[in-house]
Amino acid sequence: MNKFKRGIALLLSFLLVAAIALTGCGGNQTTGDDKSKDVGNQQKLKVAFVYVGPVGDAGWSHSHDQGRKYLEKEMPNVETTYVESVPEGADAERVLTELASKGNKIIFATSFGYMDPVIKVAQKFPDVVFMHATGFKTAPNVGTYFGREYQARYLSGIAAGKQTQTNVLGYVAAFPIPEVVRGINAFTLGVRSVNPNATVKVVWTNTWYNPATEKDAAKSLLDSGADVIAMHQDTPAPMQAAEEKGKFAVGYHTDMSSFAPKAVLTGPVWNWGPYYVKTVKAVMDKTWTNEQYWGPMADKIIDIAPFGPMVGDEAKALIMKKRDAIDKGEWDVFTGPIKDQLGTVRVAEGQKMTDQEMLSFDWFVQGVEGMISK
Amino acid sequence: MEVSPWIAILATGIVAGIPILLAALGEILAERAGVINLGVEGMMLIGAVVGFMVSLQSNSPWVGLIAAVLAGAMMALIHAFLTITLRANQVVSGLALTIFGTGLSGYLGKSFIGVPLTATFKPVPVPGLSQIPAIGPIFFNHDLLVYIAYGLVALLWFFLFRTRSGLELRAVGENPAAADAAGLNVFLIRYACVIAGGMFAGMAGAYLSLAYAPSWLENMTAGRGWIAVALVIFGVWNPTKAFLGSFFFGTIDVLGFHMQTLGIVVSSFFLKMLPYVFTIAVLIVATRETKTRRVAIPEALGVPYVREER
Repeated sequence: MNKFKRGIALLLSFLLVAAIALTGCGGNQTTGDDKSKDVGNQQKLKVAFVYVGPVGDAGWSHSHDQGRKYLEKEMPNVETTYVESVPEGADAERVLTELASKGNKIIFATSFGYMDPVIKVAQKFPDVVFMHATGFKTAPNVGTYFGREYQARYLSGIAAGKQTQTNVLGYVAAFPIPEVVRGINAFTLGVRSVNPNATVKVVWTNTWYNPATEKDAAKSLLDSGADVIAMHQDTPAPMQAAEEKGKFAVGYHTDMSSFAPKAVLTGPVWNWGPYYVKTVKAVMDKTWTNEQYWGPMADKIIDIAPFGPMVGDEAKALIMKKRDAIDKGEWDVFTGPIKDQLGTVRVAEGQKMTDQEMLSFDWFVQGVEGMISK
Repeated sequence: MEVSPWIAILATGIVAGIPILLAALGEILAERAGVINLGVEGMMLIGAVVGFMVSLQSNSPWVGLIAAVLAGAMMALIHAFLTITLRANQVVSGLALTIFGTGLSGYLGKSFIGVPLTATFKPVPVPGLSQIPAIGPIFFNHDLLVYIAYGLVALLWFFLFRTRSGLELRAVGENPAAADAAGLNVFLIRYACVIAGGMFAGMAGAYLSLAYAPSWLENMTAGRGWIAVALVIFGVWNPTKAFLGSFFFGTIDVLGFHMQTLGIVVSSFFLKMLPYVFTIAVLIVATRETKTRRVAIPEALGVPYVREER
């Protein structure tokens, strides 16, 4: 009797584990009309997307999925597939191989850590075009793409600099990598362009995606006197923290005002759709090259979210003016003189930082309070 | 009005400690009755996702909370059935429950990721008490669930150590055979405690998704269920000590960020490690005391009770 019961217990335990194996796997969904394959519409070009997070996260992966939907709407002869929550590393290689062997002609890999898997898989499938977001390695059939998000960060900094009363701003930052450091610097320059006395305090969370941790970090900044919270994270939690305290916030990735309507001033937002359409068209016309695209705001790949009601007309006018100069190419954010935290001039008057310098940013500009751990 | 950094740190420490405190209270109940449940993390996740989904539908955080409590109870029922009725290994069953809860919550919550929630628990300062300098902002300027947690600590302590039922419960965890001989229904008491433990864990999960960071995302407990298990040991199976422990662990949790704002750099990985270091230290001390004074660890913890055939 006892043995029998133990047997059942073991069986049930196994069933539990099996249930997880079934439910835990990331979703793989083909959208568009599956039936159309049979109807003989064989000219449909298959395009695949690989995301690092879930599509509904309101952050990075969500912004790419909006782009995918835009592509599908604009080009009816394109069929898209996406795989979400794909961890960087060996899993990415497996997913990329699977997508390429299933007949996808263009694959967009949307996370930095997919870089080496993309290069590896691309060698095996020379007929497939791979586009890797945020990376820097290319191959004959691998291109990279990204947007100059620092331009939008600078503009959001102007709004924040005009809004602050305490002259202390907080920045919830994920990891001390050049992309994040560049954003913090651009934001700080924007803030201090209208408010030279303001400082930006940085707190590192060491996570892209953990609402409770991000909120704790934002709270600690608010407690230390910050009254505007900016962030380089994937969830709206830092903004919710600001809203709860009646303070302000700057979003990122997508328009996050629905999460904290009284707090969000504006924020950089991604708009990948037009770029995806352009790339797919180029591949179809055989004009595609393995370029390294780093699109400016003028291309609308990166933009700022609609202003909240608390943003004043003066700030709006200043932002529009700067934006105009950036779009026309008359001026860019990292134009000297720029001093570092110690007051040493790092970029001389009239000089512009090169793309290479911006892509390897490892120092903070004057006005940032915080340290880059190395 | 700017508050001093220390008060701010302690006030956020209290709140950061609440989810692990609630989960630990439940685990204390179960372990006092002799059943280890390592499924806390899984039960919390199910509580978090169910609480979130129901709050969103019903537009009431209270309805969501009740649903989360019931969902936690359902999860615990699986563990109770496996370990009490079928006498399965408690550790194996608990681990399976955690993995199951992680997967199931991710599956259920898929379409709720990134959905804003308006029906949340909001801070309600206690009239009078919140005006006391230092004590007020630290303890009495939070949402209602925090005050409920205070109440539950006192209630559970009184129940365990000052009532006859509490004594019976502890007897079941110390020596089930003797308790059985004294006419107690060991199976019933263990079932009740494990299920009540699941209710606490469900509430802890709902605290995360409805009050702490009102949103749902996969694996949002981020290891808090395990810290709760550690907290039970840290608090030597005593609700009041668990409360102090949760305050301590919660403060460590938020301390790193506050230190960064003050310009002090300590590795966040070092701080994350601290609760476990202290737990190991307490475990060593508690085990030694057990030998001499028989406090702490329930004697029959982890041992399935087999009633002798008559």
